[in-house]
Amino acid sequence: MNTTDRKARKKSRITPDLRVNLGGIILNNPITVASGTFGYGMEYEPFMDIASLGAVIVKGTTLEPRAGNPPPRICETPSGMLNAIGLENPGVKAFINQHLPVLRSRKTTVIVNIAGNTVEEYAELARTLDGQSGIAGLELNISCPNVKQGGLQFGTDPVMVQELVAAVKSQTSLPVMAKLSPNVTDIVAIARAAERGGADCLSLINTLLGMAIDIENRKPFLANTFGGLSGPAIKPVALRMVYQVASEVPLPIMGMGGITDTRDVIEFLMAGATAVSIGTANFVNPLVTQEVLAGLRDYMEQNQITSVQELIGAALPQGLPKKGSAELT
Amino acid sequence: MPSVEKALVIRHREIVPYYYELEFIAPSIAQEVLPGQFVNIRVSNSLDPLLRRPFSIYNVDKKLGSITVFYKVVGRGTELLSLMPIQKRLDVMGPLGRPFSIPGNINRAYLIGGGVGIAPLVYLARVLTDSDIKVKVLMGASTAGFICGRDMFDQLGVNYLISTDDGSEGLKGKVTDLFEQQLFLQDCDYIYACGPEPMLAKITRLALDNGIDGEISLEGRMACGVGACLGCSHPVLKDGNRSYAKICSDGPVFRIGEMLLHNGDVR
Ligand SMILES: Cc1cc2nc3c(=O)[nH]c(=O)nc-3n(C[C@H](O)[C@H](O)[C@H](O)COP(=O)(O)OP(=O)(O)OC[C@H]3O[C@@H](n4cnc5c(N)ncnc54)[C@H](O)[C@@H]3O)c2cc1C
Ligand SMILES: Cc1cc2nc3c(=O)[nH]c(=O)nc-3n(C[C@H](O)[C@H](O)[C@H](O)COP(=O)(O)O)c2cc1C
Ligand code: FES
Repeated sequence: MNTTDRKARKKSRITPDLRVNLGGIILNNPITVASGTFGYGMEYEPFMDIASLGAVIVKGTTLEPRAGNPPPRICETPSGMLNAIGLENPGVKAFINQHLPVLRSRKTTVIVNIAGNTVEEYAELARTLDGQSGIAGLELNISCPNVKQGGLQFGTDPVMVQELVAAVKSQTSLPVMAKLSPNVTDIVAIARAAERGGADCLSLINTLLGMAIDIENRKPFLANTFGGLSGPAIKPVALRMVYQVASEVPLPIMGMGGITDTRDVIEFLMAGATAVSIGTANFVNPLVTQEVLAGLRDYMEQNQITSVQELIGAALPQGLPKKGSAELT
Repeated sequence: MPSVEKALVIRHREIVPYYYELEFIAPSIAQEVLPGQFVNIRVSNSLDPLLRRPFSIYNVDKKLGSITVFYKVVGRGTELLSLMPIQKRLDVMGPLGRPFSIPGNINRAYLIGGGVGIAPLVYLARVLTDSDIKVKVLMGASTAGFICGRDMFDQLGVNYLISTDDGSEGLKGKVTDLFEQQLFLQDCDYIYACGPEPMLAKITRLALDNGIDGEISLEGRMACGVGACLGCSHPVLKDGNRSYAKICSDGPVFRIGEMLLHNGDVR
């Protein structure tokens, strides 16, 4: 680089605006951590200031404590992993009493992921969490493939999805994000159902249902037989689904599935995601969120991009659908 | 507090077929790490294999800031690791997990290890010896060639007894047989054990029957290594109820009798 080039670059140096509005959930930056992969934040505190994250989405929370599935619960697969944790969690009361105060003291933007077996359970969870300070929004896990009764059925039936989202919305003043399952034939139909139910934003994708077999013992490897596939292996599928939904449904999207580096983040933003969530990659590199945050900033500086809004949906031929959902209010 | 270090590999050699000693410079981890804790190593820079691999601490040189792990090649990850040349940087995360405790009232401890389960007992033996606790090591392997750590125990002046499945050295049989055989001596008031789960189950039963307290170190599939993913949960009996403990952060070291162990006759 010669001197004039360097001068020119120095002169035009910008401070990129990373803030995004995810249907009423304001994030300082679009990098968040995915439910079930970051505990309650404290587990990763030795590695970073967790307030630097756009948001921490906590482990799926249920009304009553859940013990989870017997081991083995995880299995590494090519560029990915299967998990069948079975929503092990201490229940919503323990979350409010033990974990929320700590998160609140860290000034972290918190999104609570909730899961239930019935519409009433979801509604009660929403009601219980509604008055609590320090929660920026709720993420409805309508897609967890592990727990019988709940999970799959809700997320795969548009009528149920609409009913569920509406029931939750009626019980809370918090923004509601519906987390979609990829285990459906038409994800756009499910996204539309969530929109009709009143969802403020969407998150996708949850894990893809899969399995592994232990050939020595001639039986499924996971005690639960099936598990959810996550990690780089699912990225192309996740990206395609974000792109499809973003093209058709005017709700902001939290995109996730296999993100491991800055390039992946930018791909999801360009596919129409307003923010992204990083899951499995935290296990591989606990510093990944910090690295992609710095990487995104560098990329924007180098390409003279002043606001992350310029990237959102950049790869969609028609741009984002109407309703201006990506605007900062 | 755990951290991630790009550790310089300074020694890496095959001791006997499939068994390797790997030493790397990781000053922050070396400074803090206690016996029984482990490190999570990325065996490759690529995304396949994806997850880190957990290894116990075999030895620590605090002055040099180095850590040695002792491992056996059992699959793709350990095979890739075995190819790591010296002078290269290894991505290491640690120290992780709950260490062995050293209760103030113990004088004579048995350290019982099966196979590569001996690895964490070497560093432990050093720390116990430094605390003037008399150590006797009971170690088992399939055959004499696979007995590891004896040079280290010799250096420490620690007593050790050996069992081999094929009888090529020491007692012909399992390390649990060796333990059973030693019990009549009544020269032990605490045990530390590490090895396959059935072995730990048997040790637990023998220890409980003989009123000996102690600790075991468990293995299990892991993803995060820090208590975030709940992937490594292992059944425990808590106030008579079955629940789960995380091997990575509640363990890998657990009190004898605390865990429900598979394939054993414990409870
Ligand atoms: C706390 C702890 C300490 C350990 N210390 C040592 C040590 O000091 N020396 C040593 O040789 N081994 C040790 N192990 C076992 C070691 O982690 C495995 O042998 C290694 O992960 C196998 O990887 P692989 O890719 O070669 O095998 P693969 O079978 O191909 O691995 C597939 C997957 O299963 C996991 N896996 C396979 N076997 C085990 C196992 N026994 N325990 C946990 N995960 C496993 C791998 O991590 C990987 O995710 C320890 C395990 C734990 C949990
Ligand atoms: C170990 C593990 C536990 C998870 N637990 C939950 C959960 O409790 N609730 C939920 O909605 N999603 C859960 N997920 C799904 C993730 O939030 C995310 O949607 C998925 O893993 C895809 O992203 P990734 O490829 O970056 O991991 C879990 C994923 C993993 C790997
Ligand atoms: S490995 Fe993630 S909780 Fe233990």
